[in-house]
Amino acid sequence: MKEKRLARLLVSGPPLLFLIVFFVAPSLIMILTSFRFPGEFGGLAPITPPWGKAIGEYGFTSDAYQFFFSDFIYTEIFLKSFAVAFGTTLICLILAYPLAVLIARSRKHLRNLMVLLVILPFASNFLIRIYAWMIILGPESALSHFVNTVLGAFGIAPVTLLFSPFAVLVGMVYVHLPFMVLPLYTNLEKHDPSLLDAAQDLGANAWQRFWRVTWPLSLPGVFSGSALVFIPVLGMFAVPDILGGTGDILIGNLIKDQFLGTRDWPFGSALSIMLTLAVLSVAGLTTWFARSATGQRAL
Amino acid sequence: MKRGNPWLWSTAVLVYAFLYIPLIIVVLYSFNDSRLNAEWVGFTLFWYKALFNNTEMLLAARNSLIIALCASFCATLLGTMSGLAIHRYKLKVLPVLVFTPVAMPEILLGVSILLFFLQVLNFTLGMVSIIIAHTTFCIGFVAIIVRARLQGMDESIFEAARDLGASPWQTFRLITLPLIMPAVVAGALMSFTLSIDDFVITFFTKGVGEPILPIQIYTMIKVAVTPEVNAISTLLMLLTLVMIIIAARLESNGSSEGSAKPHTAKQAAK
Repeated sequence: MKEKRLARLLVSGPPLLFLIVFFVAPSLIMILTSFRFPGEFGGLAPITPPWGKAIGEYGFTSDAYQFFFSDFIYTEIFLKSFAVAFGTTLICLILAYPLAVLIARSRKHLRNLMVLLVILPFASNFLIRIYAWMIILGPESALSHFVNTVLGAFGIAPVTLLFSPFAVLVGMVYVHLPFMVLPLYTNLEKHDPSLLDAAQDLGANAWQRFWRVTWPLSLPGVFSGSALVFIPVLGMFAVPDILGGTGDILIGNLIKDQFLGTRDWPFGSALSIMLTLAVLSVAGLTTWFARSATGQRAL
Repeated sequence: MKRGNPWLWSTAVLVYAFLYIPLIIVVLYSFNDSRLNAEWVGFTLFWYKALFNNTEMLLAARNSLIIALCASFCATLLGTMSGLAIHRYKLKVLPVLVFTPVAMPEILLGVSILLFFLQVLNFTLGMVSIIIAHTTFCIGFVAIIVRARLQGMDESIFEAARDLGASPWQTFRLITLPLIMPAVVAGALMSFTLSIDDFVITFFTKGVGEPILPIQIYTMIKVAVTPEVNAISTLLMLLTLVMIIIAARLESNGSSEGSAKPHTAKQAAK
């Protein structure tokens, strides 16, 4: 018994210690930082007043949070990030669903190849995948020329594709698409094909078979795929940074600026805490929806 | 079941084109004899030569390699321990700590580690902070792979070893470790790839000192785009491709071993 407890300590102790020091402690520090005053030259003001300098800002405050709500622009950026995350999730779902159905209904050998082909581009460097769209959407690209020729034929002024909300959305979808395909496929693969045959025998047409059989059964996959896309998009700063224009700032860019631009640590931390809360509520809602959806199926 | 629904097929072809055309363009233009990524002029290896004469870039590649090796070593060690511990013991705290960094937006991990290093440790950011940050999020990936492997194995092997008088350490060294080895190596390769590719966390924990590969690429993209970026991209794609193939090999070899199969079949039947 004693030996067993020792083994348990030896195996789980080191990772536990590492993660407490380098994950739990930093998270707590972040919470603490959000309640402090920014320093005069970036960083933080001291907690205790320095000697001989009684006036000044020190100690703890909720200023950073009040600042967030004092200007509507910050709420707007949060809302915009949610809108982009929602749009990306929806587009990913529309693109991924037919593909996942096709993979799930293919023969076993083909199936593995098709899954591999979805994962493979995902393995290339993240920045490179965004950079590729810089080339495709750039002002000199074939696509830009084509779009503008078509628009010109209708007498519409030429548009720039790059550095626009459109480019941000395309980049977001491109980077996150595999996160949607894989959970959907894993779910759809488990469906019993005889259910669809039964539905057909009972007179259901193709649309009814999809809407009344396949779709409700696939809801757990839809929910986990959506969470896997929605959550990272919410905190993404690289895609808007590279593909977006100056107006396409999302939460991630705002946070980045507080640490590497204006150096307002308390505000940056407060924004990070609010992002965490947003992520947690999205994750919680998804679990709740998924549970109630599967619960319905059991009835 | 309907075979070959044309609507499904055409969407699938479109999605695959959407996934691959951008990458093909990047690779193609790395051989293009033009400064602009606009139209095809002619074949050249100039950008690769320029890349290998770019000392800053080579230094960045070396640094990234060191970081990836150290981070994947630490993450594999701690991740394997976590995978074993989570599988064997009923733990409450460890699984949460191990899997949360995998699920949350990377920027949060980057910010918190930045603050921690600058405030608490009063430590200048650099390679060490990057290695630690990468280890933190790679542990989860290794643990997931190792745990999946353990779940597919027959517990009676370990009981048999103990009944035959093996000490816990002997059981681990002679039975458990060889059996989970494919998963451990796959986890190591995965953390290596994740570390060398990571941009967001590196961006926050890099400090101002040494050049790091993803940051170097980012600067090139933001400041002056030349097909040199395409060349380094192509080389990196090649590297990750090789890593993925090795990892996939190992995992499929591992799961086709006899001992794992009856148990998974039993689980599936339940």
